Amino acid sequence: MTEVAARGLWADAWRRLRRNRAALFAACFIVLLTLFAFVGPHLSPHAFDTLDWENMTVGLGGPDNHWLGTDRLGRDLFVRTMTGVQLSLQIALLATIVSFVIGITYGAIAGFVGGRLDDMMMRFVDVLYSMPYIFIVIILSTFIDRANIFALFAAIGAVGWLTMARIVRGQTLSLRNREFIEAARAIGVSTPQIVARHIMPNVLGPVIVYATLTIPQMILFESLLSFLGLGVQEPAASLGSLITEGAKEIESAAWMLLVPGFFLVSLLVCFNLLGDGLRDALDPRER
Amino acid sequence: MLRYAVSRILGIIPTLLIIITLAFFVIRLAPGGPFDEEQALPPEIKANLEAAYGLDQPIWKQYLRYLDGLAHGDFGPSFKFKDFSVTELIAQGLPISLSIGLSAILLGMLIGVPLGTFAALKQNTAADYTTMAIVGLGISVPNFVVAPLLQILFGLKWRLLPVAGWEGGEIRYLVLPVAALSFGIIAYVGRLTRGSMLEVLRSNYVRTARAKGLPEYLVVWRHALRPALLPVVSWLGPAFAFVVTGSLVVETVFGLPGSGRYLVQGAINRDYSLVMGMIVVYGSLIVICNLIADLLYGWLDPRVRYD
Repeated sequence: MTEVAARGLWADAWRRLRRNRAALFAACFIVLLTLFAFVGPHLSPHAFDTLDWENMTVGLGGPDNHWLGTDRLGRDLFVRTMTGVQLSLQIALLATIVSFVIGITYGAIAGFVGGRLDDMMMRFVDVLYSMPYIFIVIILSTFIDRANIFALFAAIGAVGWLTMARIVRGQTLSLRNREFIEAARAIGVSTPQIVARHIMPNVLGPVIVYATLTIPQMILFESLLSFLGLGVQEPAASLGSLITEGAKEIESAAWMLLVPGFFLVSLLVCFNLLGDGLRDALDPRER
Repeated sequence: MLRYAVSRILGIIPTLLIIITLAFFVIRLAPGGPFDEEQALPPEIKANLEAAYGLDQPIWKQYLRYLDGLAHGDFGPSFKFKDFSVTELIAQGLPISLSIGLSAILLGMLIGVPLGTFAALKQNTAADYTTMAIVGLGISVPNFVVAPLLQILFGLKWRLLPVAGWEGGEIRYLVLPVAALSFGIIAYVGRLTRGSMLEVLRSNYVRTARAKGLPEYLVVWRHALRPALLPVVSWLGPAFAFVVTGSLVVETVFGLPGSGRYLVQGAINRDYSLVMGMIVVYGSLIVICNLIADLLYGWLDPRVRYD
């Protein structure tokens, strides 16, 4: 008799993910760009906010080690773009973690308790859901000191939990009455144990997938807000604020738009590819 | 159906009331007011201004007064655009924003649906993969990148269309804004249509239609298209919200006198009544769009039953 090794959920998912070349490529790109965004600025002799009066608005491969050119004030575009990538990634990660924690807690409570509490909690989510996200963010941005960008994005994450809460609630609700939970109850497993051992692992798959897809959304919102002048303030740079500056100079210096635009779009594409790949790997029924 | 429609229309009112109430109190509780300027006003003048706008009264009184005004279609005066009421400002800008937004949705449907259908019919071929790669890119590229790119290509490089401006709504000036706004919609609609079309094409009645010898275009046109459009129709509500967000960007980039910019300007200037007016008007439009999408869904799909 040959013994068949049991393949767990995670091993199985990893096997499927490895076969998805686009997702793997995206993951590598994200890791490399992240590393480079933190290392890269140290390789350049310039700082993100020093003005170089000799080289203002020079193009790609400019003199004096301005590899990606400079902006209108002679600030090095390579270093600014890399610090922009840093800032955008940090903000997106922070906002995603906040939305993650609130969403899981809210959704799990609504799903597990059920009944009237569930109705009320979900009705509230529905109402917030009917507004465009940007409205809530704009209202919040009147509230919070604009100089402290991290506080603003913690707040954005705090509004971004709606979908997460819905996903977690739906999963918890459908799992709560399944046979294997009943079986666990019958042999005397305690409620916290059931949640930790049986519900959480089953909820985790969709949650990880959605978190991966939330990061590009948050990057996008940060950029959108900076574009509208409600986000990152000068001299700090994010991908969105760099694109804003670039969009003003398209007549004379198109690279000022194209460089940050390229990094923003490739980050977004890669996170979306990775998220799609993870969804296929972790939840094959969804295909 | 009629009873369902009436109950849904009545259901809008509490939703809107919650939105208005939340927005009103959050905005009023924010630190700083519309008359806190860089050069502080003398306290007597500030007090007079606040009294003139009713800001010195307790907040619940202001709230009731605002609701009373709303019931009469009065959004109050703008705090920053002196001599204009919020109603006037929105009435000037909204038609422009709406015509651009709705054109973008229409264009998105007209291109996205055939694109998705095409990809579904050619499933797993090079044509499918190429179309879907373009669509994937369309979903990822934000419109504040698309819009300046279009300006560079069509406005500056090829000199086919004006870079920006409005000029009383001449068609030439509207092409690029509408294109920039519809880019993301084409991508979403294409993806949705492909997914649902694939499912429909596998169903039994499509197999029957093919078995009785109908040509492929008739199978698609007469049998597959209508059910495949259902997810697209239910996306119409979110599509409108997407266009609202996009109009903030597009109106800034192309310098259009729409109403989208009032939302951002109002937030920066703490022009309470302007932000509130925008939220009430846009919020109602979005809720109504969601309702229309739901009713259309029921009309397109006779399997949906209303109790």
